Amino acid sequence: MKAVVKIRLKSGVLDPQGKATQNALEALGFSGVNGVRQGKIIEIELEGTDAGAAREDVDRMAQALLANSVIESYEIEIDGQ
Amino acid sequence: MKAAVIVFPGSNCDRDAADALTWVTGRPPAMVWHTSNELPNVDLIVIPGGFTHGDYLRVGAMAATAPIMGEVFRAGIRGVPVLGICNGFQILCETRLLPGALMRNASLNFICREVNLKIETTATPFTRSYPDGALVRLPIAHHDGNFFADEETLNRLEGEGRVVFRYVDKAGKRVPAANPNGSRNNIAGIANAAGNVLGLMPHPERAIDPATGGTDGTALFAGLHEALR
Repeated sequence: MKAVVKIRLKSGVLDPQGKATQNALEALGFSGVNGVRQGKIIEIELEGTDAGAAREDVDRMAQALLANSVIESYEIEIDGQ
Repeated sequence: MKAAVIVFPGSNCDRDAADALTWVTGRPPAMVWHTSNELPNVDLIVIPGGFTHGDYLRVGAMAATAPIMGEVFRAGIRGVPVLGICNGFQILCETRLLPGALMRNASLNFICREVNLKIETTATPFTRSYPDGALVRLPIAHHDGNFFADEETLNRLEGEGRVVFRYVDKAGKRVPAANPNGSRNNIAGIANAAGNVLGLMPHPERAIDPATGGTDGTALFAGLHEALR
């Protein structure tokens, strides 16, 4: 099974890297870019076939290490769900 | 005073911290490797600066999972003084001994220079030897020193007098221009509620010798030595 953890900065947390990327897009001539926020995606290959159990495991991984709840939120997908 | 310096892969200020402690206290600290499960019986734990584990995932995140950090966490909760400098501050936030998080500098630049700081409280074992409201100059050298906490946490830190170091101008004023990295409220260093855990981005251990960067950091180590003798 494959889990995908999508990690985003919480709203209210400034994202200077996203802002710099927005500025660069504008400098390249792309108009109408109202905002850019940068996050990260972590892909995890898992043993087992129980999607529910996998989701619980990955949730614990996210809380323990993958995301920092002070600044980040996350979503988990198991096999695209 | 007996001290321990925790050493991780990628620590690069561990020897500076050991030199500062040895210089000021006359006693070399124990150097404790991160995979150890045991802390020696010490009066002070120092988490030094560096780029532990290459700053992978988030600054300090990997180091916070090290076996020794469980012991450091328990010691900090027990009241043993813990000093986290730069990456050490980041690691203490990741272990939740301190609130908040250190994010990428607002300028996106790595910043290596001296800054003006105000010591906002002398009611900690770390700052007891400084005069009230002291203005000091210490070096900073970081890419991720942008202190973030939500409003509620910031209000609690400010209300409880737990902001210990703040970026200020030469006159001691908290102004945006004196903020090198975008930190909320110009915060450079904070303490836990009990006052025994301090994290700061500036490097007091690099400011103990007039030949290399001044001596404004000496009083931090001297104060600890007096308090913990």
